[in-house]
Amino acid sequence: MSEAALRCEGLVKRYPPDVVAVDGVDLEVRRGECMGLLGPNGAGKTTTVEILEGLTEPDAGVVEVLGQRWGAGDDRRLRGRIGVALQETRLSEKLTVYETVRLFRSFYGSGRHPDEVIEVLGLEEKRGAKVGKLSGGQRQRVALACALVSDPDVLFLDEPTTGLDPQARLRIWEVVEQYRAGGGTVLLTTHYMEEAARLCDRVTIIDHGRVIAVDSPERLVKSLGAEQIIEAELAEPAALELASIESLAGVSGASFDSETRRLTLRVVDIAQTLARVLAELERQKLVAETLRTHEATLEDVFVHHTGRGLRDG
Amino acid sequence: MADRHTSDRHTGDRRRDDKVTGHPLWELTAARLREFVREPAAVFWVFGFPLVLAIGLGIAFRNKPPERVKIAVDGRLPDAAEVAKRLSKGGRIDARVLPHARAERALERGEVGLVIAPPTAAPPKASAAPQGAKRAALSLSYRFDPSAPESQRIRLAVDDALQRAYGRVDVVAVVDVPMKKPGARYIDFLIPGLLGLNLMGSSMWGLGYSIVHARSHKLLKRYAATPMNRAHYLMSYALSRLVFLTAEVTILVVFGFLVFDVTLKGSVFALAGISLVGATSFAGISLLIASRPTTIEGVSGWMNFVMMPMWLLSGSFFSYERFPDALHLPIKLLPLTALNDALRAVMNEGRPLWATWPELCVMVGWGVGSFVIALKIFRWR
Ligand SMILES: Nc1ncnc2c1ncn2[C@@H]1O[C@H](COP(=O)(O)OP(=O)(O)OP(=O)(O)O)[C@@H](O)[C@H]1O
Ligand SMILES: [Mg+2]
Repeated sequence: MSEAALRCEGLVKRYPPDVVAVDGVDLEVRRGECMGLLGPNGAGKTTTVEILEGLTEPDAGVVEVLGQRWGAGDDRRLRGRIGVALQETRLSEKLTVYETVRLFRSFYGSGRHPDEVIEVLGLEEKRGAKVGKLSGGQRQRVALACALVSDPDVLFLDEPTTGLDPQARLRIWEVVEQYRAGGGTVLLTTHYMEEAARLCDRVTIIDHGRVIAVDSPERLVKSLGAEQIIEAELAEPAALELASIESLAGVSGASFDSETRRLTLRVVDIAQTLARVLAELERQKLVAETLRTHEATLEDVFVHHTGRGLRDG
Repeated sequence: MADRHTSDRHTGDRRRDDKVTGHPLWELTAARLREFVREPAAVFWVFGFPLVLAIGLGIAFRNKPPERVKIAVDGRLPDAAEVAKRLSKGGRIDARVLPHARAERALERGEVGLVIAPPTAAPPKASAAPQGAKRAALSLSYRFDPSAPESQRIRLAVDDALQRAYGRVDVVAVVDVPMKKPGARYIDFLIPGLLGLNLMGSSMWGLGYSIVHARSHKLLKRYAATPMNRAHYLMSYALSRLVFLTAEVTILVVFGFLVFDVTLKGSVFALAGISLVGATSFAGISLLIASRPTTIEGVSGWMNFVMMPMWLLSGSFFSYERFPDALHLPIKLLPLTALNDALRAVMNEGRPLWATWPELCVMVGWGVGSFVIALKIFRWR
């Protein structure tokens, strides 16, 4: 049996006339691993995931799920081994939480008891409530319950916590961690750095349908050659000489967006470097309207690779 | 934990094969039934509306005793009160004395069909009267609107009653025999038509609407991601329809019997068989209509496009014999016509199931044909 739970190579998906949603994606998710797909809106995350789930046919490329290909004859058995939460599914509003989970459970030959999953997701109180009467976060949890009730080997989660409050998000994180503790494999898409950093063993950054970087969150951050970030928004007129700032000792990288007048610096030691940066700005007769420093995150990795923010679209 | 990652995690005791749910087909059907009964509007349109229609049309067209003709007697007529009294005696005419102006107004508004007024010109000459008749006992005039459809009938009835009241003797003895036997009245024609219409409507909407709804909410896609047998999903609609079908047919037939004395002349078996074939046929058509649209608006348009001609042509309310002969064959090939005709053959004429085989063939043809195409082109996402 192959080591990889999920594997795809050279995945391409076009939407006529001119959209290339996925443009040659290679991906490998090991068994028991949690892989995060990170990217801005329209990057091709959902398309990639749905191809892996066997819901969308790729125009080119190879897909293997648990060592098996879609369409090779035993799709139903394969579907029985994966759990899916789509980015947007409106479950039947007239059914109760229990009835919904139970219905999904009936599609699988084996799995967990609906009540057990409902309890894991903290939905006991809402067990008899109609899905249509639930809040957004509760519906997300029902969707997750439907994905978990078959006790799948691989769990696909497409933005499981988008739009949830921090507490609801935490709850879902705990459920995913619990699932992983049982040895499950997860492929998860998200816009949230904290989510990827907390849950994922590795992260794939994807933009315009292409993979930009794959590695563990820590190593991706480290690869920036920086521990910390200085961000300054400059007052008008902001005629910045970027080169002289970049060459300051301790600065490992700098970028300047003249439109937003935002200067971003990656530095190793903020205590030593900050003074130099401020002095240099003063020398150039520039005024910083705001000045912020923070630990480097995946967001900065993304900005570094694409020159854009993750949520800028 | 690392070693567990690589091994098949389902060798442990976490996998339990206890059956906590019923067969997926049953669970899906149960979900369908629940969704339906929890939607009060749907319940009304399927069960209540046909009854309302039956009551309304049944009352409008019921066989009532011949209606009393309303007329007015102009107060200027010297014998007005006496004329009105004698006319009303027979029970067929309701004559009231009104002052001249009121009588004219009532005529204009159609409140009365005719006004008996004083003679306008000279009384009919003696020579114009039937031979041997005595001098007219009374002379007056009838005022009415000759373009009103009923006015000629009213004039005849009033004149007949008036002449008798003043002594004319009939020379031919006649007895009226009203046709009233169950099975040949309008309501007998109507109830099977409503049944057919309802079977069509509830099959089409019940299936098409829910399927497209599920597709537009990405629920179909979610189901497609499970090992659910896709045929089970579609069959659950058929099965749930079967449950409601039984209720729909029973309610309307029992209602027709209790309220309008509409009897089922054929067997319950034949009625059930035809209803089943009809509903299944429309289920197939509906599945075809719903196989691709992604919006409710889209599927509604198609539904109406398909059903509208059958509402008009298939003889649910009025016999299609009224249409030109050349249209009869195409009309008979419509599934609703076949269903209506078969239902009437069984309910009104007491024919056995096999005798309706041409209609059954039409329905099966439509149903099977649509179903096969639908399966080919059905879109799960
Ligand atoms: N059915 C479709 N028809 C045409 N274009 C599509 C279709 N589905 C997706 N696309 C396009 O493909 C691209 C990738 O879409 P995808 O849904 O995979 O993005 P995503 O990374 O999941 O974005 P988000 O973060 O907003 O969910 C987008 O440009 C989108 O417009
Ligand atoms: Mg998406």
